[in-house]
Amino acid sequence: MLVLDRVSKTYPNAVQALGGVSVEVEPGEIVAVIGGSGCGKSTLLRAISGLDPASAGTVLLDGERISAPHQKIGIIFQEPRLLPWLKVAGNVGFGLGDRPKQERAARVATALKRVGLADQAAAWPRELSGGQAQRVAIARALVPRPEVLLLDEPFSALDAFTRTDLQAHLLDLWADAKPTLILVTHDVDEAIVLADRVMVMCPRPGRIFDEIAVDLPRPRDRQSAAFDFVKRRVLAALDRSLSRAVAPADGEAKASAGAALWW
Amino acid sequence: MSLVTMTIAAEQRGTVPAERTAAKKWTRLARPALGLVLPVTLAVVWEFVVRMGWASGRLAPPPSVIFQEFVDLARSGDLQRNTLVTLGRVAAGFGCGVAVATIVGAAAGYSPVIRRLLDPSLQALRAIPSIAWVPLFVLWLGIFEASKITLIAVGVFFPVYLGVMGAIQSVDRKLVEVGRAFRLSDVQMVRRILLPAVLPAYVIALRSGLGLGWMFVAAAELLGASEGLGYLLLDGQELGKPAEIVAAIVAFAVVGKATDWLIAFAAAPFLRWEDVVRQE
Repeated sequence: MLVLDRVSKTYPNAVQALGGVSVEVEPGEIVAVIGGSGCGKSTLLRAISGLDPASAGTVLLDGERISAPHQKIGIIFQEPRLLPWLKVAGNVGFGLGDRPKQERAARVATALKRVGLADQAAAWPRELSGGQAQRVAIARALVPRPEVLLLDEPFSALDAFTRTDLQAHLLDLWADAKPTLILVTHDVDEAIVLADRVMVMCPRPGRIFDEIAVDLPRPRDRQSAAFDFVKRRVLAALDRSLSRAVAPADGEAKASAGAALWW
Repeated sequence: MSLVTMTIAAEQRGTVPAERTAAKKWTRLARPALGLVLPVTLAVVWEFVVRMGWASGRLAPPPSVIFQEFVDLARSGDLQRNTLVTLGRVAAGFGCGVAVATIVGAAAGYSPVIRRLLDPSLQALRAIPSIAWVPLFVLWLGIFEASKITLIAVGVFFPVYLGVMGAIQSVDRKLVEVGRAFRLSDVQMVRRILLPAVLPAYVIALRSGLGLGWMFVAAAELLGASEGLGYLLLDGQELGKPAEIVAAIVAFAVVGKATDWLIAFAAAPFLRWEDVVRQE
């Protein structure tokens, strides 16, 4: 179980990016974190990953305190960040450096087959399309079998079709070992399609404003009334989160707050 | 009738790709050959002009005379001996220069404190024309090998130092973060992320350093040597043998290009991932 207890982050320039976030995430749960820009979503994710540890509060994974990158936690960034000097297979096996060669090759082959890129094992990253490269990044993060997989706006740089495709694919891959997924996104549809629970964050300082459970059976139909109902709730929460964050006198920002999310 | 046209069509279909690949092969061979047209034409024309007696060719010897000089120098062993001496000096100077430049450049690229400490002084030293060091090096180190090798090493140092420092500073922070996320140790980080990331720029730095190394070996040998390709230049000048000078120049060009190619060749397997970009 992943437990965040009053996690705060203050940068050296005294900007408080996170103001005490406390959450409990069950193993195998999929949580989407959504919010306007500057609400600390990415900061929260980086604190959980141990790349940028919290300045106060604790992150506990199965009772173990996380203050540096951990073997049980994988992360996928907005860009694939593949190493250009390694072929696709080398990139997928990057996290298995300590394993015997044979095991590594077998696990890489399985992972590549699983993401549908078995025929690209010997390709260079530059030869891949954006969607393929992100799939390689997903395979690379999943190969060490993390208990928690963090995703920082992983599909936001992709075109709409590839994005929906990869969202479905991610769920499919998740079903293999059911790791905990924490997904930062600014796409409301994406959050509702994937998550068991949507956490809405608000800025200055970043904290959790509202939590909305998504109790829909998978695969979820984006056109259904139930989906639309949840979407309205999330949008309303987002709207309120941004209005409350700005001073009441600041009328202009209040009016445009909801629209800001649709960029 | 229809059968005939069909056969012709089939034949054409069969031959066209073959012709096309043949044509491609020709252009692939012809493209580098295009660069040879100018020098070869000039050489042939000059040979012809001298043969016809329109010019004496005493100060600018025709290709055949230069070739004869090469053969003579090779037969007497002078060419091999002097080339080896020069090559040895370049190798020693290049080795020292690269070793120091790599360590200092890596330290300056990695640590801002070291960079602020060393870089201004090194940039100031870089502004000095390296030949200006010669009198000092001769006073300090004598007129034999040590001063020459030091001069070459100084020439090699700066491009390699700048290249290494710049390459390390410009390593993609996002890739370093991937290394951190996979919990690489410091040694692994250097071996698996930093080294491969800086290698392309490092190879370029080595090649420009080597080019300067050849420049400075010629300068060092011209300023006083009893053997080496630079000595052949000097010898040719003093004895009025232009063919010997040109032969030494050609030897410089050939050996210099060969060593440059050697670096490029040795690095190629590690830089194959870059080729993808170049081919596209």
